[in-house]
Amino acid sequence: MGQNQRLIYLDNNATTPTDPRVVEAMMPYFYEIPGNAASRNHPAGWKAEEAVDYAREQIATLIHADPREIIFTSGATEGDNLGIKGVFEMYSRKGNHIITAKTEHKAVLDTCDKIEKIGGEVTYLDVNREGLINLEELEAAITDKTILVSIMWANNETGVIQPMKEIGDICAKHGVLLMSDATQAVGKIPVDPRATGVHILAFTSHKMYGPKGVGALYVSRKSPRVKVTSQMDGGGHERGMRSGTLNVTGIVGFGKAAEIARKEMEQDAARLSKLRDKLETALVESLEEAYVNGSVESRMPHVTNISFKHVEGEGLMMTFNQDIAVSSGSACTSASLEPSYVLVALGLGDDLAHSSIRFSLGRFTTEEDIDRTIQKVRDGVNHMRDISPIWEMYKEGVDLDAIEWSAH
Amino acid sequence: MAYSDKLLDHFKNPRNVGTLDKSDENVGTGLVGAPECGDVMRLQIQVDPNTQQITDAKFKTFGCGSAIASSSLATEWLKGKTVDEALTIDNMAIVEELALPPVKIHCSVLAEDAIKDAIKDYRNKQDESETKEAIGEMAQAG
Repeated sequence: MGQNQRLIYLDNNATTPTDPRVVEAMMPYFYEIPGNAASRNHPAGWKAEEAVDYAREQIATLIHADPREIIFTSGATEGDNLGIKGVFEMYSRKGNHIITAKTEHKAVLDTCDKIEKIGGEVTYLDVNREGLINLEELEAAITDKTILVSIMWANNETGVIQPMKEIGDICAKHGVLLMSDATQAVGKIPVDPRATGVHILAFTSHKMYGPKGVGALYVSRKSPRVKVTSQMDGGGHERGMRSGTLNVTGIVGFGKAAEIARKEMEQDAARLSKLRDKLETALVESLEEAYVNGSVESRMPHVTNISFKHVEGEGLMMTFNQDIAVSSGSACTSASLEPSYVLVALGLGDDLAHSSIRFSLGRFTTEEDIDRTIQKVRDGVNHMRDISPIWEMYKEGVDLDAIEWSAH
Repeated sequence: MAYSDKLLDHFKNPRNVGTLDKSDENVGTGLVGAPECGDVMRLQIQVDPNTQQITDAKFKTFGCGSAIASSSLATEWLKGKTVDEALTIDNMAIVEELALPPVKIHCSVLAEDAIKDAIKDYRNKQDESETKEAIGEMAQAG
């Protein structure tokens, strides 16, 4: 990092910094108010319970839900697990078939993998070049054994937003439950599960400027009243759906983060989409062979995923990672030479997937950050192309597809 | 992942980046890896045919920082060695020199492959030109 310059943080889809206003709200609950929200016999417990109730309301208000529809979890991974496994167990008499998409987060895909191992059947829908599922394919995949459709609201790598309302209508028509992993959407764009026809919604605090380690699962209470079988058993907290002492401090922070998001997300989104567009336009226009991945029409306001052809993403990041934090769809490790499965599902070749960088802006991103990023990334791409043999071959007009590469 | 200073130095200031004339019979070119795998190394050596000494080495690499540093280091080590000596360069020596983390060992393997591939190309060319000379002599004698 330059000596007096802070790290430019453009990895907000990985996690967001905790808003100082959130930290402030949390402080009393570490020491001054020590209670367990389940302790009913003294003021410390009552105060903790009050704080949790208030946060539950703040969070419910953000997604236009009833506070009783909010189940606190440790995060969206737990929410995804509880939603899918909980429905699979609870509705096993109705059927055993689940429909999801290939671009879902691993928390959904690996959970579905487990479901298949214990006797369930899972359909994984393809996505098109834009990253969107095909609604006709979804409808055609529904059988009388289908108990759940699980489609993410917005993708973590590309920011692509699925047509949730249309998906909700299809599920309603067939009487199938709809779940959505809305980790990247809640707090950034308006999310209203009831109006959209979503019955179960997983999200988390640390993607919306709240603390890590706390999340929520929205479970619809009326028309239909949905129940999920608990995956964590014990004291019967959260109406029996998720036992375990509540993370009072984290929940208070989550609540505050939800309240701030409700008030500020519109202006944040407007500002960030301008900055994102500036970044994207500058890079794509000033560099040859740079391509935006996924739909640009149906996309989160703060995300852009760009492939810089013939430059490997991890190497590119290393040219500026002392100054700028981003992430890449290329994982060049012996454990996994596979590039991003999300980008591959969009139909990108492995080479372009290896060349991708995800920029995810956030509430604390400034225009100056973006100007410096444009400069540093441009320099990095040019440098990496100067030393790239395949860029040289491409410039000489060599057909790279005709070469017999020695895969290793 | 924290990288060693040596690795970062080779990454930031790569040595011997460039291209030698691959049609020159005293130049051997190695091209290993694949774009789909996320790394491609091209390593070239210029050999003095009389002494069999490597007088110059150049590389270009598409890949992560460890792949770039491994190939940069390889070109440094190649210069001044004879072709036979170059064949003894082992990937584990690169791993040690750059303190490559376990997940990046394959980058050093790729560099060793590139060296061997370049030498093979050089020797093939030499064999071909000797064959050509031999054919020429036979034609003259005939």
